[in-house]
Amino acid sequence: MAEPLLKITNLHAEIAEDGTEILRGLDLELNEGEIHAIMGPNGSGKSTLSKVISGHPAYEVTDGEILFRGESVLDMQPDERARAGIFLAFQYPVEIPGVSVANFMRTAINAKRGEEVDIFDFQEELESRMEMLEMDPAFALRSVNEGFSGGEKKRNEILQLAMLQPELAVMDETDSGLDIDALRIVTAGINRIKEQKKDMAVLLITHYQRMLNYITPDKVHVMVEGRIIRTGGPELALELEERGYDWIREEMAGVA
Amino acid sequence: MPENDSVAQLGLDEYKYGFKDPENYLFKSRKGLDEEIVRHISAQKNEPEWMLQRRLKALKHAQKRPWPTWGGDLSGLDFDNIYFYIRPSERVGRTWDEVPEDIKNTFERLGIPEQERKFLAGAGAQYESEVVYHSLKEEWEKQGVIFKGMDDGLRDHEDIVREYFGTVVPHQDNLFAAVNTAVWSGGSFVYIPKGVKLDMPLQAYFRINAEAMGQFERTLIIVEEGAEMQYIEGCTAPSYSQDSFHSGVIEIIVKEGGRMRYTTIQNWSHNVYNLVTQRAKVGRNATMEWVDGNLGSKLTMKYPSCYLMGEGARGEILSIAYAGPGQHQDAGGKVVHMAPHTSSRIVSKSISKGSGRSSYRGLLKVEKGAHHVKSNVECDALLLDEEARTDTYPYIEIEEEHASIGHEATVSKIGDEQLFYLMSRGLSEDEAATMVVRGFIEPLVKELPMEYAVEMNKLIQLQMEGSVG
Ligand SMILES: Nc1ncnc2c1ncn2[C@@H]1O[C@H](COP(=O)(O)OP(=O)(O)OP(=O)(O)O)[C@@H](O)[C@H]1O
Ligand SMILES: [Mg+2]
Repeated sequence: MAEPLLKITNLHAEIAEDGTEILRGLDLELNEGEIHAIMGPNGSGKSTLSKVISGHPAYEVTDGEILFRGESVLDMQPDERARAGIFLAFQYPVEIPGVSVANFMRTAINAKRGEEVDIFDFQEELESRMEMLEMDPAFALRSVNEGFSGGEKKRNEILQLAMLQPELAVMDETDSGLDIDALRIVTAGINRIKEQKKDMAVLLITHYQRMLNYITPDKVHVMVEGRIIRTGGPELALELEERGYDWIREEMAGVA
Repeated sequence: MPENDSVAQLGLDEYKYGFKDPENYLFKSRKGLDEEIVRHISAQKNEPEWMLQRRLKALKHAQKRPWPTWGGDLSGLDFDNIYFYIRPSERVGRTWDEVPEDIKNTFERLGIPEQERKFLAGAGAQYESEVVYHSLKEEWEKQGVIFKGMDDGLRDHEDIVREYFGTVVPHQDNLFAAVNTAVWSGGSFVYIPKGVKLDMPLQAYFRINAEAMGQFERTLIIVEEGAEMQYIEGCTAPSYSQDSFHSGVIEIIVKEGGRMRYTTIQNWSHNVYNLVTQRAKVGRNATMEWVDGNLGSKLTMKYPSCYLMGEGARGEILSIAYAGPGQHQDAGGKVVHMAPHTSSRIVSKSISKGSGRSSYRGLLKVEKGAHHVKSNVECDALLLDEEARTDTYPYIEIEEEHASIGHEATVSKIGDEQLFYLMSRGLSEDEAATMVVRGFIEPLVKELPMEYAVEMNKLIQLQMEGSVG
């Protein structure tokens, strides 16, 4: 097997401000084209992991390594990581008042491609992606995330994913806040993007098995207290749904 | 000192309007302000006696008037170190070819003749103390519009000037209005006859070239009943180690049903004290709008005002200020409701970075008898880092019961989460910060004419380069 797209080894990260350690020796490998799910209790560090992969300045990596296509990203700024092909769909997308979705998307695409996109090509692409996600075209003119409902924000994240076509998509609870129809539309959208860009790898953070009914993961990881403590196939998600996390914790305690 | 050295020392190399011309002046006063200089200015202009008397009266007032103790730090401004009058050329050009070569080239570099060709009804250009160019398209001249340098306005329309001069901003109003009245030179005289609606703006551009220069233009605009017009002013100067002083007075009268919008894009170099008095008297059912963009200068103290004197009058003040390191923008606005059913809106957006400081200073007054007044004040400040500073000084005086007044003020700091979000999409830190700032001022910028909206965004972007991290 070729080298993994993303290889995380013994990752330790703390909150830069007060030194609280959140990630405590995390290992994870993801190959091109694979879909992995990460599940785990509230506060176990899933969002922290996603932000550390993207280079959020609030966290400091104190030990371990993150290799993306064989190269360390630890010294790279968030924008360099993005241009290298890492994308994060946020659990809580931020509002940018006064900046339209279209303007923001165009600036991001120009930054990623390193050249000005043709405005008409861009418009056409944006419209077709919005249609795929069943978004009202009026959203293109609204300020980024401002006054969006929870579900609209998530849809807007996937719109950005569709436009930017990264190598690695980290999705932090994209399913939460979506109603049943929206979940179907958004997951169908993700699958479409994946069909078009087969080598894109996906790291799905979720609390619920239901998202995995639509997007079948190659692997499911369980994260507890800043570590991956168990990895299995899609059946692991079903088991977690049924039994919760305590049994794994207990098993782990037994092993230790 | 060679220009490049002084520019580098001041750390103003991002200021792209800092080039300067050699000084080939017809007359340059000695430094300082006194009666001899005032008399000299008046004599050079061949003015009527009454104007000289006005000047002298204002000078007396200025000499005994205490300096303001509020607002910005004026301790670096020393009248004894300022040239109060410089006459750069013989006469006002009607075409750019009549303007001295150096000066013409400067305005070419600033893009003024091009703008004039493209979208202006008329343009004026002032260089140091004098208007060097003034032109109005023929179609407007035919309709009776007058657009001239103020000196020419006084010469050709003495009766109108005498009727209105100093009626909106009397010299006793404040120290700098008194100084301006004593030494005024240049500025525009504008008269829009009844019912005439200009569909293209008039523009005046102000350029300071000499070091330690004082520029005191005086503008008088009369918008007759039902007439409409837009006026735009821009300003720049080279960067020097010695400070310059700009103190204009703008008087506007908008009569019944008239409409006037006055837009300023102030981009002085960071060694100019910019202390300007702008005021409009607004008649029955008339509308006055001030759009005030303050990006440059060392210290600006400027509060465009509307006196809503006729029933149903409306005043709007939209203010955008950017205070970079070493700058203080003390801006805002003033509205006095003097008649029933008048309405007003003040929207102020300021951005501060580094040691930059922005202040919103506003007065909203509703006089007795002005019932059914509606007014809304909104001021938002954005801080780009920990060091930046902003203050809000809203004064509200209401003497009438039936008034609906809204006031809202917010201060926000450019958020790490916002920057991270944008950077995670591939924008550099500078691009991300610029995007947040542009979004912040967008509601005001979109009210500008397209060409100026583009210009404003460009200027903000220039200011923002290298602003974070
Ligand atoms: N910037 C921060 N400042 C303070 N505490 C933080 C910060 N980031 C994370 N934490 C703390 O670290 C722990 C892990 O948070 P994180 O958001 O990564 O959890 P999570 O697994 O995503 O939880 P959830 O399932 O609720 O989304 C939590 O206790 C959280 O409060
Ligand atoms: Mg989370």
